[in-house]
Amino acid sequence: MSNRKPETGAFFPRDRAWQPDAYTPWYKTSVLRSPQKALLSINNTLSEMTGPVFGHDILGELDDDLIHNFAKPGESAIGPRIIVHGRVMDERGRGVGGALLEFWQANAGGRYRHKKEGYVAALDPNFGGCGRTITDEDGHYSFRTIKPGPYPWPNGVNDWRPAHIHFSVFGHGFAQRLITQMYFEGDPLIPLCPIVKTIADPKAIEDLIAPLDMANTIPMDASAYKFDIVLRGRRSTMFENRMEGN
Amino acid sequence: MPQSLNRLKESASQTAGPYVHIGLTPNFAEIGGVYADDLGSRMLTGDASGERITIKGRIFDGTGTPLKDALVEIWQPDAAGLFNSPSEMRGSADPHFTGFGRCATDMANGEFVFETIKPGPVPYPDGRMQAPHVTLWIVARGINIGLHTRMYFSDEEKANADDPLLNRIEHRHRVATLIGKRDGDVVTFDIHLQGDDETVFLDI
Ligand SMILES: [Fe+3]
Repeated sequence: MSNRKPETGAFFPRDRAWQPDAYTPWYKTSVLRSPQKALLSINNTLSEMTGPVFGHDILGELDDDLIHNFAKPGESAIGPRIIVHGRVMDERGRGVGGALLEFWQANAGGRYRHKKEGYVAALDPNFGGCGRTITDEDGHYSFRTIKPGPYPWPNGVNDWRPAHIHFSVFGHGFAQRLITQMYFEGDPLIPLCPIVKTIADPKAIEDLIAPLDMANTIPMDASAYKFDIVLRGRRSTMFENRMEGN
Repeated sequence: MPQSLNRLKESASQTAGPYVHIGLTPNFAEIGGVYADDLGSRMLTGDASGERITIKGRIFDGTGTPLKDALVEIWQPDAAGLFNSPSEMRGSADPHFTGFGRCATDMANGEFVFETIKPGPVPYPDGRMQAPHVTLWIVARGINIGLHTRMYFSDEEKANADDPLLNRIEHRHRVATLIGKRDGDVVTFDIHLQGDDETVFLDI
């Protein structure tokens, strides 16, 4: 464990102009699921500054290996083998250690293992599509998987999702809770995607695109992509209001 | 030019999508054998002190149709008002209570259910006490960034009347959207994403 004292200050306010709006009619499902009244802005309280933190005891040996965690013994998932790695940081650039990352994705053909999936691509009997890991003290993480395929979805008549991996992140406070998606460098579907376009700022979109990382590619085994994730920063306790009498 | 603040920008949120259950509740999604349990499925891990309650409700879209593909997480303190979190500096929380729950809404009727305990009160930053409440976070297909809200309790009328957050709500009829209705050990909390009854969501 680190000698660093746990941080307990309030989180930096969320930049709502950088984050996607709730109402984005080109992504049709958002029309009826977007709050229309203004959010109530309040300062963080302990309910948001604290959050659940998970220990390594929840992790199974293959949780960070999607190539094998659903495969029959001796078999593996089909598709280009990749390593996804990176660092979870806060807005001050400090590594967020002990962050639980959960990820899910389609198989190499773009098909999800889900009841409601409507795409005709084949299921891979050896691919489940979920995994998780916990960042080290400096916020680093990595996992193995296969590169997911792009897939069509019912929105416009002919909308396709670029290849992507969904990420769910727990930081140190519930206010940092985040779900996002990682895209792959060079995918021509990225700028066409209505879900990507819920983000207005092109720089915010670029921050979700993982570059190919040849330095970390393992010859004759797996290529590598680097994906850093940034969570809300938090003020040091010295910048906090003090309670009366403290 | 002054010095740079050297700040990074928070990663942009993207919708959890229709297949969020594969990643966050794989056993619920019938992807067995990867994790023993779905995370957050049990909040009581032993003989936790406090009043046992069931929180349940549904999430309605702008037409009044319940969402059947959403995921709800809750976060709350124990019966003494302490959080089971390393950032809790006021004392040690009940070791038999996690404070964190996760539930996929039922694919047939849209209901979420949490077996938990009634939370104790927690101070506001200025030292005033807040009324007991549970923090909720909702994600689903069509929701671009997770929605934060809170549930307070109908059997805490006095504390609710003094609650600093509830008192920030300008349109007083909207306060009712944050009050779970308690009937015995069951507290019902329906969430409306739009419409006259739109729940107060928080930028927190
Ligand atoms: Fe997807």
